Amino acid sequence: MIAVVDYGIGNLRSAEKALVKVGGDARLVANPQDILTAQGVVLPGVGAFGGCARALEASGLRDAVLKVIEAGTPFLGICVGYQLLYENSEEDSGIEGLGILSGRVKKLAGDVKLPQMQWNELRRVPGKESAMLDGIGASPWVYFVHSYAPDPVPHLDNVVAVCDYGEEVAAAIEKDNVWATQFHPEKSGAFGLAVLSRFVERCRA
Amino acid sequence: MRTVRVIPCLDVDEGRVKKGVQFLDLVDAGDPVELALRYDSEGADEVVFLDITASSERRSIMVDVVARAADMLFIPLTVGGGIRTLEDAKGILRAGADKVTVNTAGISRPVLISEIAGELGSQCVVVAVDARRSPWGWEVYTHGGRNPTGMDVLEWVDRAVELGAGELLVTSMDKDGTKEGFDLELTSEITSRVDIPVIASGGVGSLEHFAQGALEGGADGLLAASVFHRKEISIGEVKAYLSARGITVRPA
Repeated sequence: MIAVVDYGIGNLRSAEKALVKVGGDARLVANPQDILTAQGVVLPGVGAFGGCARALEASGLRDAVLKVIEAGTPFLGICVGYQLLYENSEEDSGIEGLGILSGRVKKLAGDVKLPQMQWNELRRVPGKESAMLDGIGASPWVYFVHSYAPDPVPHLDNVVAVCDYGEEVAAAIEKDNVWATQFHPEKSGAFGLAVLSRFVERCRA
Repeated sequence: MRTVRVIPCLDVDEGRVKKGVQFLDLVDAGDPVELALRYDSEGADEVVFLDITASSERRSIMVDVVARAADMLFIPLTVGGGIRTLEDAKGILRAGADKVTVNTAGISRPVLISEIAGELGSQCVVVAVDARRSPWGWEVYTHGGRNPTGMDVLEWVDRAVELGAGELLVTSMDKDGTKEGFDLELTSEITSRVDIPVIASGGVGSLEHFAQGALEGGADGLLAASVFHRKEISIGEVKAYLSARGITVRPA
């Protein structure tokens, strides 16, 4: 079973349904035990960093999420669920993220409209292998909705793909069992479903 | 990089698409979900469902339509029409929509925009504005373009942004249905004064109209209904044309 962490925020159904579409046994899960025993865990997130961080804490699921990440369970963070992996965010100073990755989430710079609410083309980071993205045949256009993103890319480890929006934006990271995307694979058509399919395969392995 | 979105809009009445849809090969051309999937396969960047159901008791049908769409449609879905309360918005988003549009209710009770933005994030609140030219500029209309409000469109969009709108959907009531092209003056007035994405709507009749909306209007999204439903123009053609005019689009 793949646990889609249900911590009381926005549209979680899309992520669940997209995983089901590619053959995953995905379910919205709201108790720690189901997260701890899952073969894979997905942490979605929409809205603000602080709101999501507080909701995760209030749901009582934060510790379970940290535990499965430490235990090596395949993990996928999406959008704010990706940003939460970092230490904190400029969006809501003083609220801690999960701190799995070092770095801070900052407001997108450059002369661009915020949020970035559009499709954008992924560019792979040269020399970085990616179990999540290597060899996907579909056109690498994905859907983004965000105004913030982790630190400027050159300062980050583990970035496997970027997009250009005023500046270079860290669009996807991989670190051991942790995969995460700033874009929404569940809303990115064929390419997004292929990414989720990779995740489902990994959970089975 | 700014990428312009091409967005088909489906008017849905009691769960059925009503406007002359001419996809004869669809099993059920009146099913919004099937039509949305068709547009997805043709390269639509997003789909809008606009609920035009008159009877408020029958509006819950839309939640079921959205839930069915969420099972199969994996591009962004925006749903509008009849969103009166925070609970209405939550119901639609929980069913699987990504954004809700707020129109009439946002004017009679502007705090609704803040309530939805505060609880669910600005990114899911699209403020829809129906605009008609008046001697003093553009006037905001409500109730599907029937009721004048006396409000100035430009002042209202500024207010909507302050209240927490994440996007604007601007329909020219003068151009809607005319096939004369978007109201470019209206669109560019708005895109030059707000920092959030703007979707232009109303009046598209040719490929060049789409390009004008992006180039002269500065729109981030280009919405059309009848030219797509009547198969006069395909989404693939629009994207090829925009691309040839130097506008970045996601390839169809």
